[in-house]
Amino acid sequence: MGELLQYFLSGLTSGAIYALIALGFTIIYNATEVINFAQGEFVMLGAMFMATFLGKMGLPLPVAFALSVGLTALIGILVERLTIYPARGASVITLIIITIGVSILLKGVAMFVWGKDSLAVPAFLGEEPIRLFGATIIPQSILILVVALVAVLGLEFFFKHTLTGQAMRACAANRLAARLLGIKVEPLVLLAFGVSAGLSAIAGVIISPITFATYDMGTMLGLKGFSAAVLGGLTSSFGAVAGGFLLGLLEALAAGFISSAYKDAAAFVILLLMLFLKPEGLFGQGEIKKL
Amino acid sequence: MKKWLWVLGFWFLLTGLALAAKPYKIGALFSITGPTSFIGEPERNTLVMLVEEINKKGGINGHPIEVVIYDTEGDETNAVKKITKLCVQDKVLAVIGPSRTGTTLAVIPFVERYKVPLISCAAGVKITEPVKPWVFKVPQTDRMAVKRIYAYCNEKGYQKIAIITVSTGFGQSGREQLKMLAPKYGIKLVADEVFGPKDVDMTPQLTRIRAKNPDAVICWGTNPGPAIVAKNMRQLGMKQQLFMSHGVASKRFIALAGEAAEGIILPAGKILVARQLPDSDPQKKVILDYIARYKARYGEEPSAFGGHAYDAFLLLSKALEKAGADRARIREALENLKGVVGIHGIFNMSPKDHNGLDEKEAFVLVRIHNGDWELLER
Repeated sequence: MGELLQYFLSGLTSGAIYALIALGFTIIYNATEVINFAQGEFVMLGAMFMATFLGKMGLPLPVAFALSVGLTALIGILVERLTIYPARGASVITLIIITIGVSILLKGVAMFVWGKDSLAVPAFLGEEPIRLFGATIIPQSILILVVALVAVLGLEFFFKHTLTGQAMRACAANRLAARLLGIKVEPLVLLAFGVSAGLSAIAGVIISPITFATYDMGTMLGLKGFSAAVLGGLTSSFGAVAGGFLLGLLEALAAGFISSAYKDAAAFVILLLMLFLKPEGLFGQGEIKKL
Repeated sequence: MKKWLWVLGFWFLLTGLALAAKPYKIGALFSITGPTSFIGEPERNTLVMLVEEINKKGGINGHPIEVVIYDTEGDETNAVKKITKLCVQDKVLAVIGPSRTGTTLAVIPFVERYKVPLISCAAGVKITEPVKPWVFKVPQTDRMAVKRIYAYCNEKGYQKIAIITVSTGFGQSGREQLKMLAPKYGIKLVADEVFGPKDVDMTPQLTRIRAKNPDAVICWGTNPGPAIVAKNMRQLGMKQQLFMSHGVASKRFIALAGEAAEGIILPAGKILVARQLPDSDPQKKVILDYIARYKARYGEEPSAFGGHAYDAFLLLSKALEKAGADRARIREALENLKGVVGIHGIFNMSPKDHNGLDEKEAFVLVRIHNGDWELLER
């Protein structure tokens, strides 16, 4: 059954990436009720910066990592200030369409700056595979799992045990009540975008040695991360992580046992099924609004 | 009377001048940007350089060459838009390119409708088989590449082979040839996997291949997919000999695949290992000369793909010499060219063979060693 284990391991690896991207979606959704369709582009930017800093310029790994994530988080903040904030009074649908515009813009700029070719990124920990009960895994995959775990735990801590994190959760639960309690909502929305972009950048940075960095890699990843978020429930960060891993595993098993041609289809079939059957996701909470 | 003679003489002179100066207008379609820019860019550079050189020498039959180049971006829809522009608006005499099999197949119905000779720089066998009167191609056919690889497998005793191909025109053309020729070489295909051109992870397909325990793996596609296949194979600890197609015969593949490229064997044009060829090879001088000129003009060495544009223009210029500014006569001239020594082989065209290459000298086998090409077998 070495094959099953192999599919499981590659499912875990892609699952960790989807989890990080899904978390990005939920953070922004919880702070603003907006689905940020530019989320995938933040992943792409993380990967592209890494290709430049680590690959082309040969900077030391921690420096390249910090720069890539930091710059992308900064771009996330700029996106909020320049495109979301001026339109903050508009309806949610308008804001969502704005994010689609941002996504197209970021993709176009990336194409001009880095070109259309794929860029190689050197692996962080070497490329020798490790054998594990008949399956193999490369150090980079283990790194992906570890980093994802650290990121998720870090976020948990932030949201449950810091004042800022709790304030953000308050905004998400009930914006008006939070305002009444003296919580300033606008800076927290800014923070939400920054953290979300940073998380996606981390995802982009750690997969870049495996998938190469290409200007249009964000589209598919963003959509799959969104599927994962819907699967787990947009209102729950635990759901986002669970959804990410579940999607990764289902995708790998579908590719392994049914047909690799349908690998991408798996994510979208799941998305459609969830929206039809249980739109609030596996772990989310349904909302009933009086119109 | 004298006055009339003057007028007549003047009129002839003007017409003569007008006709003499009239440039031969040719068109070109290359994938200059996009994922296959590593194919289209050197082709464009080569054509521009050759046209400049020939115009410095006075053109063909005294006519300067004017070339109109459009970028297909490696996209079929784009290619179709641009071919119509070339044939109808720009009214070119012939078209060189496109760079890819997919885009070539897409434009063929149009050049047949507009009756414009097309000299493609793409390798898919479907382009010239069955023969279409207006369509020619200069790259070696993938069938010849497959034959070279299978012959080598016979030598080494690799009998159980797994294939993994891209779902593009080039990949599937290769796959067809691989499946069709396997029985002739006594080879058993134990696995037949496919991946998409934008896929970034081929471990599911390779895991299935690994379970079948093949003697060797053949991957057919153009960048970046095959680079990921090479890396994934290392990841999965697969030690089988990996063969690639000539679609990755550029340094970009080695850059992307990194260490995983070591030891890969592929068929390639002689240009990759020109310096390692024996002096008795009639192509050696032509190739080295081309490399020197390209390097002087652009500061880097051309890839095998640039060589296709060289061959296409070489054939077209010989046809223009014979036929002049007439599309149908150019087509006829192209079809009857013999013994043209090009970068990728010696061309002998005929009405039944619009590729004109012989499998014996079309490819050599090279192995990637220490980040560079090593001539394995002539």
